[in-house]
Amino acid sequence: MEALYSNMYYVGAGALILVGLYIILVKSNLIKVIIGIHLLDTGVNVLLVAVGYIKGGTAPIFTRTSLAPTQFVDPIPQALVLTAIVIGVGVLALALSIVVKLYENYGTLDVRKIKGLKW
Amino acid sequence: MRKFVSVILLGFIAAGFFFALSDIPFGDDRMGVAKYYIENGIAQTGAVNIVTSVVVNYRALDTLGEVTVLFVASLGLGALLYPGNRGVDEEKQRASLIVRTGARILFPLILLFGAYIFVHGHLTPGGGFQGGAVIASAFLLQYLAHRHYQLDRRQFSLVESGSGAAFVLVGLLGLAVGGYFLNNFIGKGVPYSLFSAGVIPILYVAIGLKVGAELAGIVAGLMESRSG
Repeated sequence: MEALYSNMYYVGAGALILVGLYIILVKSNLIKVIIGIHLLDTGVNVLLVAVGYIKGGTAPIFTRTSLAPTQFVDPIPQALVLTAIVIGVGVLALALSIVVKLYENYGTLDVRKIKGLKW
Repeated sequence: MRKFVSVILLGFIAAGFFFALSDIPFGDDRMGVAKYYIENGIAQTGAVNIVTSVVVNYRALDTLGEVTVLFVASLGLGALLYPGNRGVDEEKQRASLIVRTGARILFPLILLFGAYIFVHGHLTPGGGFQGGAVIASAFLLQYLAHRHYQLDRRQFSLVESGSGAAFVLVGLLGLAVGGYFLNNFIGKGVPYSLFSAGVIPILYVAIGLKVGAELAGIVAGLMESRSG
């Protein structure tokens, strides 16, 4: 229980990733699949930030001069996640637009009913 | 059957996840690169926000690539959702008085807030991407409040390509003056003040305008598509 509590952020990130993957694998509604992709994306982002955490650390910004550099968490995962969030938004928008087009052409969001896509 | 296979697969992934992370205890000390950035960040870039100094100075080339990815995504969305046969507009319900009045009051304030976020990117949490997202949300509010609202696409693509070109131009100026692409060639100024950190605020303003225009274009594409 203690180990679970001290690794709470890893557990949460892992849960988000697994839930997202499960939705992608099992659901056949395309909107739900996109929700799964985005959950997976969020989980990976949380995981990256959690890996960069340092006990007792604060955001790596010198908001006042009295802050010592040793009090900061790792800034690099934060910068990478900043990138990843923006890319995630781009992927989400592109996926949604493809789904809009699919719905216009086939009249359904169910992957099983769209010919040429089999799962 | 499919669920069963999926659960087994996820079990393998979870196990791998567990073994990989059991070597990295949560809250462990940072690595050498991070230490270097934190200790030398202010002196080398002039930016108080270390995340910003990593994003727009040490790894600005990555950021240029990232902006390009976002551009390609919005381009793809525009190509897919290009409203070919307009005019079959289904009748939308009119937004309520509260939404319309609220949008009228909030729209300029949201734009101001977004601009504040990306202008102060080197001093406070925030930056070009966040400010751009806030600006795009202002246009989403306009779409929700007014039935026949339409972006002026030409102006938006002008802002977008202009700010993208400004980013590359600043990089090339760095190459000409300081010897390498995206060199921070302007004086660093006094840290903790608005006019500091050399090219970082310029780049972040360009990124903010570009991301704001792109995301607003994405919002417009999704809102104006017929079945959307």
